[in-house]
Amino acid sequence: MTVLLRIENLSVDFHTDDAVVHAVDGVDLEVHEGEIVAVVGESGSGKTVTAMSVLRLLREPAARVSAGTLAFRGQDLRGLSPRQLRAIRGGPVGMIFQDPMTALNPVLSIGDQIAETVLLHQDRRDRKAARARAVELLALVGVPDAAHRARQYPHEFSGGMRQRAMIAMAIANDPDLIIADEPTTALDVTIQAQVLQLLRKAQRETGAATILITHDLGVVAELADRVVVMYAGRVVETAEVHALFGKPRHPYTLGLLASLPRMDTETDRLDPIPGNPPNMASPPPGCPFHPRCPLARDICRTERPALLDLGDGRRSACHFHEELA
Amino acid sequence: MTQPLLKVEGLAKHFPIRKGVLRRQAGAVRAVDGVDLELAAGETLSLVGESGCGKSTTGRLLVRLLEPTAGRILFEGADLARLPQSQLRAKRRDIQIMFQDPYASLSPRMTVHEIVAEPLRVQGCYAEGGAERVAELLRLVGLRPEHARRYAHEFSGGQRQRVGLARALALNPRLLVLDEPVSALDVSVQAQVINQLRDLQDRLGLAYLFISHNLSVVRHISHRVAVMYLGGIVETGTRADIFTRPTHPYTQALLSAIPVPSPVGRDERDRITLTGDVPSPADPPSGCRFRTRCWKAQDVCAQETPTLIDRIGAGHPSACHFPELPTTS
Amino acid sequence: MTIQVEVLDEAVPRRGALRRFRRHPVALAGLVFLFLVVLAAIFARPLSGHDPNQIDLLAARAAPSGEHWLGTDSTGRDVFSRLVFAGRVSLGVGIASAALAVVLGTVLGGIAGLLGGWVDGLVMRIADVFMSFPSLVVIVVVAGILGPSVVTMVIAIGLFQWPVCGRIVRGVTLSLREQEYVLASRATGAGPMWLLRRHIIPAALPPVSVAATLAVAQAIALEATLSFLGLGVQPPSASWGNMLTDAQSLTVIRTEPWLWLSPGVAVALTVLAVNFIGDGLRDAVDPRQS
Repeated sequence: MTVLLRIENLSVDFHTDDAVVHAVDGVDLEVHEGEIVAVVGESGSGKTVTAMSVLRLLREPAARVSAGTLAFRGQDLRGLSPRQLRAIRGGPVGMIFQDPMTALNPVLSIGDQIAETVLLHQDRRDRKAARARAVELLALVGVPDAAHRARQYPHEFSGGMRQRAMIAMAIANDPDLIIADEPTTALDVTIQAQVLQLLRKAQRETGAATILITHDLGVVAELADRVVVMYAGRVVETAEVHALFGKPRHPYTLGLLASLPRMDTETDRLDPIPGNPPNMASPPPGCPFHPRCPLARDICRTERPALLDLGDGRRSACHFHEELA
Repeated sequence: MTQPLLKVEGLAKHFPIRKGVLRRQAGAVRAVDGVDLELAAGETLSLVGESGCGKSTTGRLLVRLLEPTAGRILFEGADLARLPQSQLRAKRRDIQIMFQDPYASLSPRMTVHEIVAEPLRVQGCYAEGGAERVAELLRLVGLRPEHARRYAHEFSGGQRQRVGLARALALNPRLLVLDEPVSALDVSVQAQVINQLRDLQDRLGLAYLFISHNLSVVRHISHRVAVMYLGGIVETGTRADIFTRPTHPYTQALLSAIPVPSPVGRDERDRITLTGDVPSPADPPSGCRFRTRCWKAQDVCAQETPTLIDRIGAGHPSACHFPELPTTS
Repeated sequence: MTIQVEVLDEAVPRRGALRRFRRHPVALAGLVFLFLVVLAAIFARPLSGHDPNQIDLLAARAAPSGEHWLGTDSTGRDVFSRLVFAGRVSLGVGIASAALAVVLGTVLGGIAGLLGGWVDGLVMRIADVFMSFPSLVVIVVVAGILGPSVVTMVIAIGLFQWPVCGRIVRGVTLSLREQEYVLASRATGAGPMWLLRRHIIPAALPPVSVAATLAVAQAIALEATLSFLGLGVQPPSASWGNMLTDAQSLTVIRTEPWLWLSPGVAVALTVLAVNFIGDGLRDAVDPRQS
């Protein structure tokens, strides 16, 4: 499978009055054509910042982005001009944001907003065709009475409907890659189920690769082909989805899975990970997980583990990953 | 049969919609529309539902942060809904509330000590041993008393929730309303707080009204569960009743929608997907409110509102004209 | 089970505000100047050397000299001494009326915000009435009714200024009313007075202190105007305003500039200084930076 997006050694620093926050600290990430890669992490993990930096959506110079490699379809994204980046955003790369209410323009109708993205990336002159395509897309994503709904405004749509509209915008120009940042986090669980089903369908029909950013391991299990686990701005584990859930090779992944309240286990005491996610303004030295890790030893406090290749597409950043084999 | 600690009958809260220059009432948002609940001492009743179902409003009605439009809230025999302000103050000690948002639920200008001491000061009982009580409370929720001098913003989300819990316990309540207490926390921290809540229930004999939309969490903490939809309770029963023998179609859809954190068998999984959106609580459907999204809806569902009773001998009541036990367990 | 608590460097949230204020050079200059004025006002007696009301017709209209640092006025009174004593009045009226405005505004704004409904409507309409009349007209009328004096000025100016503070406090109250920590307070039995004292006033303090500072500046200017018009401090007591009354003729303006320059510059610089402090405060407490 060809590599669609390649990120190597990505780092993002935020400079504030008080401190420098290393939100992303040396991240390697690959996305192949047609696959769904889930990037999982909790607060401070850097998952959203990683996704936003792909399309240079972070406000510079407050955010300083640097990378060894940042290439999409072989083209280096780092040197692109703003115009070149705009040609990619919404076209070959579509984005779905977490909160559709703030991502949609409240004073434009939904149909106009979808049509706008079609116009920007396809024929700039044919407004009529763009509007027709917008209605078509809304119907495709399951919005009932699409022709009428296209004339409505975002506040007239429910949360689930707005997310559908966002998905319609993201797939409007037949993207090669969709970046979905917590697309269902703000939705009720029954609506979430609908939207996840839609994402699965959209991915299958467009053949687009998808980066799915989430903190919800249930969503990961439902949709992902491959999983990248992030903690404190770094990748700690990468694996194919069945392998990750079946046999995690990093203590954080193991702890996370063990601490989940689940429908298919006994209801005894839960097994939480002790402590709290780190403060990214002053992360712990060595391995960032060591204050909470049951396997931590002296080396963990001083030496940062590299992301080791374990074969079969599996990687783990732990000095003692063999103990989990 | 001993009298339950809390018995709620026909609780309702309608928010008027005012239109026009003269602000005439043009309708009402029926956020809570006839809710009956019962809670025994030391047990956890979970109130589950999605956004807009009225569960948070119900919680706030119980601590009278909102005035009920109708109904009775019987706490140890006394109707809290009708209690005059003078007597209400004393009764407030027995029912307290803990909120969802760890950032909004603690004052940014007070130290942790002041936050936990505030209920004692409000009720005028800080003078005798208040400072020791604050230290004791912090220990009880797993925090170190030395950190009481710090401000809330210096703590993480999970710790802030613990402070909120300590504050809620300050007046020694018998019943604690927990409004989505772990929903805003990181997953790895949720489990800590849930364990803490269970421990405290065992130690102090507290009753919990646990409000949540997260059924997996609810399953770990509840003895009994009530499912809400659009202001009314559609099904209620023990944890086993609801999770293994649900008879109401909404409960079944809700359970089916929960993503399972295991990819095994994900393509073969049988899922009920509801169509459409939740109707507006200002204009609920006639008869059964769930009928607009229900795959079983018949004419009678629009004409007659189903009451919450056990029609098929399932062992627990359900507000549906056609309740059915699930075919697969 | 012990929980690790991360120690952050910033122990007190307010320290950020102080730091930001210190970075404002103009505000700091204003603070220094005001401090000097306050010192001069407090130590007026030892500083002045002369009795401000001592008439000495022989030395009338004298230019500044070693004896009289800023010269003398039409009846031979030492201008410098009068200036320094007048500073007391100006500052006193400025602070007192601003204080009255803050107290009135806080109480009325807080009650309006907390109780809502018709109380809110009533208080806001009253505030609108006060705000819609031009300030000077209102104050002149009040002074006319109550008779000219320092107390009259304080009341009149304070009554004019309270709506600004009132709106601020009401706004803070409305936004805090539904905050979960205020709800938690109510759930423990806290009444409106407790909420006002414990939660609303501390939250309103930053914007109100900015408004209060600017109100002081405005009050000083208004006092000067009123006294100039003869509706404030009555002679022979000195006020920067009534010192300007003395200097009204064209002859004086041309030939005895020390008579109008001294009080004029005093008022202008003091008002400017207080305004700068207010600007500095506003930037320091700007919520966007916290």
